[in-house]
Amino acid sequence: MSASTTAAGAHPGPARDQGVARALGRRRLRSNRIIEALCIVATVLGLLLLASILVTLIWRGAAGLSLTVFTNNTKPPGSHGGLLNAIVGTLIQTGIGTLIGTPIGLMVGTYLAEYGHRSWLADTVRFVSDVLLSAPSILIGLFVYELVVDPFGGFSGIAGSLALAVLVIPIVVRTTEDMLQLIPSELREAAVALGAPKWTVIVRICYRAAKDGILTGILLAVARIAGETAPLLFTSLGNLNWSISLSQPMASLPVTIYQYAGSAFNDWVQLAWVGALLITVGVLALNIAARLVLRARS
Amino acid sequence: MQQAIALPASRSGRRNSRLGDPIFAGLARGSGILVLLLLGSLILSLFIGGLPAFRRFGFNFLFSTEWDPVHQVFGAAVSVYGTLITSVLALVFAVPLAFGIAFYLTELAPSWLRRPVGTAIELLAAIPSIIYGMWGFFVIVPIMSQYIEPTLINLFDGIPVLQDLFAGPPFGTGIFTAAMILAVMVLPFIAATMRDVFNTVPPVFKESAYGVGCTTWEVMRSIVLPYTRVSVVGGIMLGLGRALGETMAVTFVIGNADRISPNLFSSSNTIASIVALEFPESPTGSLKLASLLALGFILFVISFIVLAISRMLLRPKLKA
Repeated sequence: MSASTTAAGAHPGPARDQGVARALGRRRLRSNRIIEALCIVATVLGLLLLASILVTLIWRGAAGLSLTVFTNNTKPPGSHGGLLNAIVGTLIQTGIGTLIGTPIGLMVGTYLAEYGHRSWLADTVRFVSDVLLSAPSILIGLFVYELVVDPFGGFSGIAGSLALAVLVIPIVVRTTEDMLQLIPSELREAAVALGAPKWTVIVRICYRAAKDGILTGILLAVARIAGETAPLLFTSLGNLNWSISLSQPMASLPVTIYQYAGSAFNDWVQLAWVGALLITVGVLALNIAARLVLRARS
Repeated sequence: MQQAIALPASRSGRRNSRLGDPIFAGLARGSGILVLLLLGSLILSLFIGGLPAFRRFGFNFLFSTEWDPVHQVFGAAVSVYGTLITSVLALVFAVPLAFGIAFYLTELAPSWLRRPVGTAIELLAAIPSIIYGMWGFFVIVPIMSQYIEPTLINLFDGIPVLQDLFAGPPFGTGIFTAAMILAVMVLPFIAATMRDVFNTVPPVFKESAYGVGCTTWEVMRSIVLPYTRVSVVGGIMLGLGRALGETMAVTFVIGNADRISPNLFSSSNTIASIVALEFPESPTGSLKLASLLALGFILFVISFIVLAISRMLLRPKLKA
C-alpha cells in the first residue's frame, strides 16, 4: 500500500528536476545503507553475546575441570569436592522426567493430528499446550510442591522428575503434531486400503515416517529440562550428599550451581563454573544433535 | 487374499484390532484431557495455596508495597512492579536488536550465511537461564558498576526526569541490569519469530516493490512490515511472556529489595525472584508461603493473558 505511495510520491520529482531526483535517490540510498549497517551491527552483537557467554564458560570452567569433579561428591568448602552426585541426580531426574512426559506428549500430539483435528476439544488442548510451553517454569515447581511435596511428606527426586515431566509434555506435543501433519494422507489411505485399523496405521506407518521429527522433539525437551533450575528448587530441593533414592531430596547440577555460585567460597564458585560449563556443553550438544537429526531427514 | 482371510489367526487379530482402535483413541483423547486437567489444577493449586493471603489482605494484597515477614504483612505491589518494569524494559532493548537480526537474516545476509547465523541465534535460546544468571552476575554486573552506570549517572545529572531514572550508587545490580540480561534471553525468541513471519511474505509482493525501484529498507518498511504487523506484535508478546516468568537469571542480578523506586539502577524484586529467594524461609502453612503462592497465581494470570494474546496473533500466520 504505502509502497505505491512512496513510488508515486517520488515520481513527480525526477520528471521535473534532475538535481532533486538525484538528491532524493542519494538520500534513499543513504538511509538504506545506514539501516543495513545497523542490522549487521545487531546481528554481530547477537553473535558476540553468544560468544561472550561461551568464552566466559570455557575460560572460567576449564580452569577447574579435573577428574575429581566426576569422581567426588559435593563436599564442604576447602575439601576437594566434586559434582558426582549432582551430575547423577540431573541424569536420573532428566531421564525419569523424559520417560514420564514423552509418552503423554506423544499421545496428545497424536490426538491433535490424527483424531481431534479442528474440533473444539482439540483446539482447546492445542491452546493449553501452547500456553504451558511458555508458562513460567517456577510456577510448575510451585504446582508440584502443592500437589506432591506438601501432601506426601517432603522434597523428593520423584517430585523433581514430575515437575520436569510437565515441562516435557508441551514440547513433545508441538513437534509430534507438526511432524504427523507433514505426512501425506496418501500414506495413511494406502494402509487403510489394505485393511489396517486406524491405530495400526498410526503406530506402524505414521510414527515410523515421523520418527526423526519426534526424536528431535524429545531431544529438545531433554535439553530444555536438563538445565532447568527453578522447578527443582521446590521439588527435589538439592542434596549435598550422595543419594539416588527417589523419595529423598536429590541433587542436580543446576541447583548445585545456584547454591555454589552465590557462596563466598572460591572453590565452590569454581565448581559452579565447571558445572555451568558441563551443563551448557551438554545442552548445546543436544540442541545441535536435534538439528542434525532433522536435517538428515530433509 | 481369500487365503489370508481364512487363516485362523486373522480372526483373533481382527478382534484385537477392533478393540485396539477404541483403546488407542481413548488413550489419545485421555492424554489431551490430561493436559487440560494439568493446567486447570495448576491454576487451582496456586489459587488455593494463595487463598489465606487473599483472605487476610483482600484486594489490598495487590496494591500494598509492604513485605514484612516480622509483622506478617505482605503485599504484591513491589514484585508486580518489578516484574512489569524489567520485562517491558527488556523488550525496549531486545525488540530493535531482534528486528535488526530478523531483517538481516531474511533480506540482507548471503544465503550461505543465513543458516549458521540463524542457528547461532537460536542456540542463545537453548542456554539455561541459570547460565545467564552467572554470566550476568560475574561478567555484566562488574561492567555495569564500573563503566556503564557511572557514565549514565554523570550524563543525565541535572536533567529533570532522567536524573531520577538514572541515579546512584552504581552497584551494578538492579532493575536495569536485570532488564538487560532478560533482553538477551528473549532476543532469540523474538528474532526467530520475526524471521519466520518475514519469510511468510509472498516473494511476488517484494519483487514487485523491488521492481519499481524500492530499496531493501523501503521493501521492509512498506511491504514486509505492514504484511506481518500482527504477527510481529505476536512475537513481541511471546518475548514478553517469556520475560515475565524468568527466574534464575533475574534472581542473580536484581538485588532483592522490597521497595519501589523510580531509579532504574536500584535493587528490586520480581515475582519469580522473590518466590525463588524467599521460599526456603517460608515454612509449610505459614502466611508467607501463602503470599508467595498468591504471587505465583498473579504471575500466572499475567503471563497467561500475555501468552494467550501472543498466540492469537501468531497462530493464523504461521499455521496457514
